[in-house]
Amino acid sequence: MSYQLPKFRHPDLPVNDLGYTRADYEGAISTLCAGCGHDSISGAIVRACHELSIEPHKIAKLSGIGCSSKAPTYFLGNSHGFNSVHGRMPSVVTGAALANRDMLYMGVSGDGDTASIGMGQFAHVARRNLNMVYIVMNNGCYGLTKGQDSATADRGSASKKGDANIYSAIDLCGTALQMGATFVARSFSGDKEQLIPLIKAAISHRGFALIDVVSPCVTFNNNTKSTKSYEFVREHAEATGTIDFVPMHNEITTEYQPGHAHEVTMHDGSSIRLYKMDESLNPFDRRSAVNVLEEHRSSGNILTGLIYMNLDSRDLHEVLETSQRPLNALDESDLCPGNKMLLNINASLR
Amino acid sequence: MIVKRIESVNDFVIKFANVNGTGSASANNLFAKALFRMGLPVSPKNIFPSNIQGLPTWYEVRVNDKGYLGRRGGIDIALSVNPQSMAQDIREVLPGGYFVYDSTKPLDLRLHRDDITIIGVPLTRICNEQYDDPRQRQLFKNVIYVGALAALLDMDFKVLTGLVEDQFKGKKNLVLPNIHALELGYQHARNNLDCPIGIRVEKSDKVGDKILLDGNTALGLGALYGGATVAAWYPITPSTSVVDAFEKYAKRVRIDPGTGQRNYAIVQAEDELAAIGMAIGASWNGARSFTATSGPGVSLMSEFLGLAYFAEIPTVLFNVQRAGPSTGMPTRTQQADILSCAYASHGDTKQVLLFPSTPKECFDFGALSFDLAERLQTPIILMTDLDLGMNDNMSEPLAWDDDHKYDRGKVLTAEQLEAGVEFGRYLDVDGDAICYRTYPGTHPTKGAFFTRGTSRNEYAVYTEKGEEYEANMLRLLRKWDTINEYVPAPITVDCGKDTDTAVLYFGTSEESSREALDHLVAEGVYLNAMRVRAFPFNKDVQEFIERHKQVFVIEQNRDAQLRTLLMAEFEFGPDKLKSVLCFDGTPISARNIRKQIKKHLNSDNVLPLHRDTALLRTGERS
Repeated sequence: MSYQLPKFRHPDLPVNDLGYTRADYEGAISTLCAGCGHDSISGAIVRACHELSIEPHKIAKLSGIGCSSKAPTYFLGNSHGFNSVHGRMPSVVTGAALANRDMLYMGVSGDGDTASIGMGQFAHVARRNLNMVYIVMNNGCYGLTKGQDSATADRGSASKKGDANIYSAIDLCGTALQMGATFVARSFSGDKEQLIPLIKAAISHRGFALIDVVSPCVTFNNNTKSTKSYEFVREHAEATGTIDFVPMHNEITTEYQPGHAHEVTMHDGSSIRLYKMDESLNPFDRRSAVNVLEEHRSSGNILTGLIYMNLDSRDLHEVLETSQRPLNALDESDLCPGNKMLLNINASLR
Repeated sequence: MIVKRIESVNDFVIKFANVNGTGSASANNLFAKALFRMGLPVSPKNIFPSNIQGLPTWYEVRVNDKGYLGRRGGIDIALSVNPQSMAQDIREVLPGGYFVYDSTKPLDLRLHRDDITIIGVPLTRICNEQYDDPRQRQLFKNVIYVGALAALLDMDFKVLTGLVEDQFKGKKNLVLPNIHALELGYQHARNNLDCPIGIRVEKSDKVGDKILLDGNTALGLGALYGGATVAAWYPITPSTSVVDAFEKYAKRVRIDPGTGQRNYAIVQAEDELAAIGMAIGASWNGARSFTATSGPGVSLMSEFLGLAYFAEIPTVLFNVQRAGPSTGMPTRTQQADILSCAYASHGDTKQVLLFPSTPKECFDFGALSFDLAERLQTPIILMTDLDLGMNDNMSEPLAWDDDHKYDRGKVLTAEQLEAGVEFGRYLDVDGDAICYRTYPGTHPTKGAFFTRGTSRNEYAVYTEKGEEYEANMLRLLRKWDTINEYVPAPITVDCGKDTDTAVLYFGTSEESSREALDHLVAEGVYLNAMRVRAFPFNKDVQEFIERHKQVFVIEQNRDAQLRTLLMAEFEFGPDKLKSVLCFDGTPISARNIRKQIKKHLNSDNVLPLHRDTALLRTGERS
């Protein structure tokens, strides 16, 4: 079952530029375990969309199967959702995005859904540079089937059952970089200050934007020998830097120290400011991103923050040269060539 | 042994034996089309290997003044330019027939037959004398034998040259050398051989306004006219040319000349799972979409087909069937995906199937699929096969009603939502068991819902309550009745005599069945006939079977899949429906159908156990 949230809200709740309160971006009450990292990510999505003043019905949220993929019920209740087939969310989003280029596509997936059963579709949606936000709620285990290791579990990491994982882990950020993703970030469900601006930047990015969010499973994978527990991640997360997201229409007022901050203008006119902590990383250079990611991995740390961004890429619609009018808005007068052409075709077949 | 040579006018089967990858297909096509232009009904069939270059490939053309277009069986003339298959090719010629071969090298004496006419044309020698470029030698060898055949069969040479001029319109540098090659063959035959042979052709008027077209191109055009904007696919023989055709015509008429923007999107997916996922995503979002595949693809798509059935998302799937199971015979034909498509996916599912039998129907049903998918909110699987899809078939010309408006089905608009219409995605408000849907992005606060493959109540909210799940599943069954009113009805052919026996067939078995029935009439056997064109089966199908004591179900698979489906849906006993089957990968022939029906009729009084199996073991083929 899912339960709707009570409709009553305080009359003085702050509204965004469209006149919506944050409640207008919320969904049904979560049925995930108390303390689940996924709920924090849902909350971050709600805040990011509210603060960016995106019309809720102009967002479509799509997912596969698993705890993560149930999450879209718990945010953006005024948006259409699609809980599809295990590992196949990317193809469904691809079709949906081709049908209507004027909406924002928010894909939500898990580590099993993405790194195992859906690895092929994940690789190819990145490679096609589909204009979408792809959030992985990564807890290193299969929650709904009671805690089996997933393909992102680190070798040697042990879940609640106690057996150390014997296989090497798939790094989704590294994979996405190899596959041609044009926006790659990692965050932690417990770090909203970092996650919310990353989601905003991902939304503004035109092209495929991955955010791999480590999101501890409180029930099956939050024990001392797990490398995806709250404690471990808090101790081992190393941020690339902090970022501020400045929407297009807001005046830039934030103070920053010249020389340390990097300001980038996005396609939609908004900008992000990156305060780098790791001087070795150039997030606009893929090779640098791959290197820094690998260095952190070998030292046992989790690199978080914006890892890579390519602002000059062409998304799938640009590559396919599809009409600016959404394909789903075309009717027979746009699409059907009529009987006259058939007369010519018939004549050529005699 | 003296055998009378075969003599006929406008009635024969010729088989070309070539090496694949040598350009023979276009020359053979030129031959078939020239006969077609002479007003003769032709049915060319490509029999090709799953290979790119170097293996034997055949092209069989049946010419028949009476208009029988099914495979006849038996070869009257073999044209052999492939030493690899020569022994087999000469063996296949019917007694009294003709064997035309490249006599640059003398015929192996061991292959010689006294009961056929052997005709040598030194094709390689002529080429070597004429051309220096090895590629030209290979290409024009094919054109030269077409020229020789024109003389041997007394074809109208002007039709051939006119065809070449049409095919290479505006490319003079291609027209002249091809006509020259035709003349080389023609003159050689006229000067050195007995022309014409016993088999010859005359101009006729049996073609009318018909066209020669392959089913896959017709399907691609059907998708174009039906308003498809998103095509997602994964390459697989024999379906690949469906999307090729869609793209070819979309490039012509769907690109804005000013901006270069396209009113369509085609994505070659990473596999069939993704292909159908994309099609479903697009139609969920209000665009008309399709994918095309064959048996192995259907297996992979099954999970998604279950989702689309259960969550009621329109989508269109063109299944060009080939011989299975597994990789099977990828370049041979069969109708063997009936059951895997009718009940595609786990759980209780029923999928809508359409069975076209001509290119015209491929076009009509192809376009209709999109209206049906959106009206009925379910996948529409159009079932064609390699024989119809990849071979040129004679067909009624294509036509489109310019007044036709697409049926977009039950979709609520922003205005209706704003006016306060009650919206429950799975709420049956008017009794046809089809519920209103909304496109994403329609209204800021009304009409959003969650599409899911999990059970849900009438308002699309997740539920595990048994009674809610059951009510939804029963509604889907009631919807099946509504679907029945929309799909193409069967076509009945009454034999005009009082009979309690009938045949039932579908798809590409039509032509051979029709011919077999005519032959049976000549022998005094009268059978009524029905061609099924869709699943769910129309009530007429049930009544037709009920009013006959015995119905022969003709199909091209081993397991009598349509018969099984009929028995499952209508609960007919096994004695009522008898099978006439062909599953060797070649299209079913009239002779084969006739033999099997007669065997059934003759053995009616003594019924051995496992009769069907016994029949098959005798290896009935022709």
